Amino acid sequence: MDKRKIEENIFKTLMILATFLIVVSLICILGTIFFKGFRSINLSMLIQTPESGYYIGKEGGILNAILGSLVLGVGATFLALTISIPVVLYLNFYLKKKSNFALGVRFLLDVLWGIPSIVYGVFGFTVMILLGLKASLLAGIITVGLLIIPVITRSLDEVLKKIPFELKEAALSLGATKLETAIIVVFRQALPGLTTAILIAFGRGIGDAAAVLFTAGFTDSIPYSIFKPIATLPLTIFFQLATPFPEVQERGYASAFVLIIIILLISMVSRVLSKRFEKNIVGK
Amino acid sequence: MISRKIKDTLTQKLMFSFCILVISLAIMMISGLYIKAEPILEMKSIRELLFSLVWHPYRGNFGLAGFIAGTLWVTIIAMSMAVPVSILTALYLSEYAPKKLRETLNTIIDILAGISPVIYGVWGLIVIVPFVRDYFMPLFSNNLNFFPFISNNYTGFSALTAGIVLAVMVSPLIISLVNEVLKTVPLEIREASLSLGANKWETIKYVVLKKSWTGIIAAIILGLSRAFGETIAVLMVAGCALNEIPNSIFDTAYPLSALIANTYGEMMSIPLYDSAVFLAAFILLLITAIFNIIGWGILIHSERVEP
Repeated sequence: MDKRKIEENIFKTLMILATFLIVVSLICILGTIFFKGFRSINLSMLIQTPESGYYIGKEGGILNAILGSLVLGVGATFLALTISIPVVLYLNFYLKKKSNFALGVRFLLDVLWGIPSIVYGVFGFTVMILLGLKASLLAGIITVGLLIIPVITRSLDEVLKKIPFELKEAALSLGATKLETAIIVVFRQALPGLTTAILIAFGRGIGDAAAVLFTAGFTDSIPYSIFKPIATLPLTIFFQLATPFPEVQERGYASAFVLIIIILLISMVSRVLSKRFEKNIVGK
Repeated sequence: MISRKIKDTLTQKLMFSFCILVISLAIMMISGLYIKAEPILEMKSIRELLFSLVWHPYRGNFGLAGFIAGTLWVTIIAMSMAVPVSILTALYLSEYAPKKLRETLNTIIDILAGISPVIYGVWGLIVIVPFVRDYFMPLFSNNLNFFPFISNNYTGFSALTAGIVLAVMVSPLIISLVNEVLKTVPLEIREASLSLGANKWETIKYVVLKKSWTGIIAAIILGLSRAFGETIAVLMVAGCALNEIPNSIFDTAYPLSALIANTYGEMMSIPLYDSAVFLAAFILLLITAIFNIIGWGILIHSERVEP
């Protein structure tokens, strides 16, 4: 074997090793959470709220956090959608392809996407004070909403960009206005892709702890008012693993289990949907 | 007919104002945090704030240097592991892996990217902390008695632990960005290189990497900025003890982001404390924004150059 061949083989081995390391990391993470979660999860964990305090109370479950996270995630996703849908429609239907304004907005959104969630948390905290709110579901929804606006806008944007120009052209040439083209023709065609984008943003929203640390607060009860604090899965994990009591920690592990199941479900559904989208739109 | 036209124009105006709203969001974030940080900037010199090690909010000392150093240590450790692994993985994915395998691997990377920071934190707590404590720390303290391995911290909570967890967290991002960059290298020039007798690795080394190195640097910068601001996972495994600058990868580290998250409860009662925390957030915002502007700037530029 000559030197060139040896060099190639060395690097190829390194590449395979690196890839293997990534795969092993995922397996190790999933394995850890499943192993710990399986032992602590049971029905009463899922349908009870914690008793006698989240930090020391040893009885009860995590229903407060499950419901809290779902309500927060749905609320934040809706908030983000009301802002991002007009923006993506504008970028994709009303501007020219090489528009500098569109380029600028997309660039800004990419940059906003890279801002750490703790910064959004602190910013949401100032907005909350400004609005005269206390740590509450509403403040949490606003903060997480802001956090996922860039995510959701850019992913919706990428979906709409993939739609062939001919489809828009055909609708426009039949006399439809741009708005009608956008809503009637394209949104329907791109629905699976759009759902994927929304699901991914939802997953990012409910999984984030740093953004809700200051704004959503924490409570033992299930959410009942948008002006009251709520519990969330990430913060339940974070707080309850910090306690010295194994019984309380169990609730943290159970929350981690629930959270990762939600994330895996989202990933599975979005995979199926984006396959369908590719077949519908991009393939032909 | 006219009403349809009016509706179209009206919605156009409305949509435009939403775009302006998003733009103003960015401006509001920067100015809002700056205004909140201003009181402390007026009272203390920037030099003192950035380079003093003394953090005693009760006595009015707000030196952020220890936290900045903590962030740097953790980020550098994470990147030195994540960058080679990510680039090698991305190269394998785009150049060597068969199609079926590539799809599976992409799924795995997507899942890894979607896992919440707090889950990484739990994993770090259960797996990496004991691992570092039981294997790395005894091994290195017995055999390597020089910088940066000397430490008297044997708890397992350390800059290295946080770095390992962060490395796994930022890898999916770097891999998928590098992958996108490698996709833009045209197939024709690969074929040209191969037909000239170069083997696959030589083609990668002399053609693919040469074409895409700016994009790869952009991906690294973007990964770096992600590691820079990560909070919860780091908070859970880095130790976060108030002390001097870490001198070893086995010392505890207390990054800026963890400082912000940790001091929330107490900061309202002490004068200037909240302002110092807002300053920390402002620094994070500024630095990650600059990294992102550079990173995305390079990527957009190189996309435009390639037709």
